[in-house]
Amino acid sequence: MNLADLFQVTLPETALEIAALVVLIVDLGLLRKAALSTRVAVAALLGVLGTVVALCLLPCAGSMGYSYGGELLLSAGGFTAVAEAGILLLSLLTLLLFIGTSFTRHAAEYVAVILMAAAGGLIVASAQDLLIIFVGLELLSLGLYVLTAFNKHSERSSESALKYYLFGGMSAAFLLFGFSYLYGIAGSTNLHQIMRAAFFASASDGVPLLYAALVLVVVGLGFKVAAVPFHLWVPDAYEGAPAPAAAFIASASKVASFALLVSVGTATLHALDGLGTSFFIGVHAETLPKYLGLQMPWIQILSVLAAASMVVGNLAALAQTSVRRLLAYSAIAHAGYMLLGIAYMDMSGHTAQAALYYVLTYGLTTIGAFGVVQVVETATGSDKLDAFLGLHKRNPLLAAVLLILFLSLAGIPPLVGFWAKFNLFAAVLAVGAGPVPFALVALAIAMSAVSLFYYLQVLKRAYVLPAADESPIKAHPVTMLVLVAIAAAVVVSGCLPTILQNWIVQGHV
Amino acid sequence: MLAWTIYLSFAGAALEALLPEARARLARWLALSCAVVGLAIAGVDFFTHMGAARTVLVDLPWVPAMGIRFQLAADGISRVLVLLTGLASVSGVLFSWNIEKRTGQFFAFYLALIGGVYGVFLSYDLFLLFVFYEIAIVPKYFLIAIWGSTRREYGAMKLALYSFVGSAMVLIGLLASYAASGSHSTTLIDLAHANLPVSAQMALFPLVFVGFGILAGMWPFHTWAPTGHVAAPTAASMLLAGVVMKLGAYGCLRVAMGLYPHGLDPWGFSVLGIGSWRDVFALLAVIGIVYGALVALVQTDFKFVIGYSSVSHMGFVLLGLMTLSQIGLDGAVLQMFSHGIIAGLLFAIVGRIVYERTHTRQLAELETMHLARRLPFAAWAFVLAGMASMGLPGFSGFVAELQVVVGSWTLNPVWTIATAIGIVIGVAYTWRALQRAFFADKQPTAEDHPKEGWQSMGAITWPEYTGVGLLMGASLVVGLYPRILLDSIEPAVKALLAGGIQ
Repeated sequence: MNLADLFQVTLPETALEIAALVVLIVDLGLLRKAALSTRVAVAALLGVLGTVVALCLLPCAGSMGYSYGGELLLSAGGFTAVAEAGILLLSLLTLLLFIGTSFTRHAAEYVAVILMAAAGGLIVASAQDLLIIFVGLELLSLGLYVLTAFNKHSERSSESALKYYLFGGMSAAFLLFGFSYLYGIAGSTNLHQIMRAAFFASASDGVPLLYAALVLVVVGLGFKVAAVPFHLWVPDAYEGAPAPAAAFIASASKVASFALLVSVGTATLHALDGLGTSFFIGVHAETLPKYLGLQMPWIQILSVLAAASMVVGNLAALAQTSVRRLLAYSAIAHAGYMLLGIAYMDMSGHTAQAALYYVLTYGLTTIGAFGVVQVVETATGSDKLDAFLGLHKRNPLLAAVLLILFLSLAGIPPLVGFWAKFNLFAAVLAVGAGPVPFALVALAIAMSAVSLFYYLQVLKRAYVLPAADESPIKAHPVTMLVLVAIAAAVVVSGCLPTILQNWIVQGHV
Repeated sequence: MLAWTIYLSFAGAALEALLPEARARLARWLALSCAVVGLAIAGVDFFTHMGAARTVLVDLPWVPAMGIRFQLAADGISRVLVLLTGLASVSGVLFSWNIEKRTGQFFAFYLALIGGVYGVFLSYDLFLLFVFYEIAIVPKYFLIAIWGSTRREYGAMKLALYSFVGSAMVLIGLLASYAASGSHSTTLIDLAHANLPVSAQMALFPLVFVGFGILAGMWPFHTWAPTGHVAAPTAASMLLAGVVMKLGAYGCLRVAMGLYPHGLDPWGFSVLGIGSWRDVFALLAVIGIVYGALVALVQTDFKFVIGYSSVSHMGFVLLGLMTLSQIGLDGAVLQMFSHGIIAGLLFAIVGRIVYERTHTRQLAELETMHLARRLPFAAWAFVLAGMASMGLPGFSGFVAELQVVVGSWTLNPVWTIATAIGIVIGVAYTWRALQRAFFADKQPTAEDHPKEGWQSMGAITWPEYTGVGLLMGASLVVGLYPRILLDSIEPAVKALLAGGIQ
């Protein structure tokens, strides 16, 4: 074991943890008498500084990753680097949104928990070993439970945190149980070893146990990405959590979970790397039969989750009257689209790139959406649809941001949401020939037509219906700046999609 | 040069969105100048390129990794429709001169819609075309929902959802053809060259045709059209009937028929005389013609009469497309232009000139108002527009519908006869609306009759005169000298028939 290598690979995580400690020391040691708004601003800015340092340290982690005993434990570079940069950027934005709020007196603790959860997210995104995956997931999840409960004045916040925690604990148990089976089959906790063992096991007789293990693992991971039928916590958590915390749950943690799914999917595809050509003489690794190994059941189970999430998420969103719950169900629907991409991954990595593109841009858009909800909620005390009445009069800029973000979520060009969808579906169809992927893509597109209805319900309140109260809504300048920047990014990367795509592809190389 | 129509409209929309709410006058003049310059560009290009082959305007790589290009090009069909868009946008601004509520926003949405429409007519990359097509959906929703009348939120949402469902079908077709052609390119020419298997074309053709057909008012997916037209403010209903429905028809022609020519082949079996998708859609078109006319005959709301007449007239376009003959397709494209002008004119008279003064559209109430005497300009403008709409010789509708009817004879004479019946009913409903709205001899009761004469309804303003003159002039010019458009349409249609888009 070379500790220097480990230290080098985990430099960004270390930076985040140090920043968390610095925030606590500064706030508890130096600013005890300061006004709340100062403490919030200082804590958030220190947190932002920490994420910026971590971002700068990201390239230092190299592209080799960290191996122990010849087995890869933490990957670095490639998709991992892209996902990690995404997690850090999105965390940075949610920290900036925190500046305009006053829901808690524990500013430093809030920022520290965000930073530690982000560090957990980085570990999840790079983990290649069951134990590290589990530790990372727990670090991330515990942070999220705490963040959900952070508004101590709100009963709903505590209630939703408890629900989230109970569901989360149970799904972690499922995940661990599945991991134990996998370890039993493979005799290793390394993802690649497990997939190789699964390949041989499915060729002999260990199949039923393998499938049971797979289902258990998918229960745990499905919970993290908010896939139906493991989605019940989502509306409550999104509704109860303080808005910046909800934005973090919906964006950075989602990127981490999907990065993990990409890692697992990549491992199933590359089960025979290194011995494929010697094992099957003259057979190219890409033409290996799909029914061996975990590839086929992985596709099937993810397709089912994807279809269920798209249908349930979009249909349930139609009936919502709270914008936060609406965003929660739309998050479930979007998770469905992304799972479709994860299901149809291939060796070239196009679908994985498209799925990462989707989750990054979705995370960005949804942070903006929660930012708007936060401003409106602060002014009106409600997140109901009717709280948005006459927004175009009360704050034209905010209404314009809302228009752009929601149309992007609905997938209207030339905004980035459309491009992300097109890119993802085109990649899925390019990989998966035949009626099943086609039907799934058709379902996804049909469902996104449904989604326009509920996004328009919010925009209708903001632009069409007469206002009950026309007093202007003021937003904190930093919040407004962040929201305008996000809206601008959504428009620009929608019109020039190659910028972000090249970055992801180059990260992959 | 023609590409500037698109950029100019979007730039205008952005400027309008930034205008403060109080600057209504500035907003109007800005919108008018954008529209006029757009029309001027379209007109100059049209008259300098008469009969020219396809010219590429812009061709830049957009997403090189996926073969998506920013490719704008124009052939005769595009030029005619761009000219129509220019005319419709100028007259639409003129008839919106009285919009006082949130004027800047109104014209922002209006110009964004116009920009999207120009974009669709000029795109030669399917992805780009789709992007412009969807850009045109959202402004329609807001134009109707904010500035509309009768059940505006219902009409607007229905229209937006119908359009979005249609475009979702098109998107599925786009993704499927992109994947089936090897995921190299999305330009129409490359996709048309990709030699998709006949079975794929058979499956994708109806999907994409119906997807675009929804917006073209194809029966039985037309129900958004009457409610949407009625709910919309005048300028929006002029644009909806004038150019947005043409987007659908243009998509059917350029994309569905251009990319999947084998989708029109016979199935090899026939049910009740229907043996191909061509027969199916031709039958739907004929039903649309007769059904739209019959329903228009019994409407009590003046604007609904025009709304259903649009469904009927768009049936001619779809029928013309399905003839797959030179004369039928010429007629279809000409009918797109002609209906765009005439429907715009009718909606302008009903929605702006009459409704803004009488505040009712119920024929029963208009009957008692003696409009022929009190609004003679409106009455005579409607007489002329009605004659154009019925397809009387001398107006553009005659030349267009005649060609479609002649073309349809080779397809199935029975349908030609049904279509002819539809034309006769068309005369009836136009006449009925005209007579009841303007020339009723019903006497007002003593209570209705004001003691000191009818109060003034307000003089016709200059934007109204100009708008009516512009549209009426266009219809007359094309009716009297159809070669002016046909010289451009014919070569383009010939090229299309000869080898698809290739």
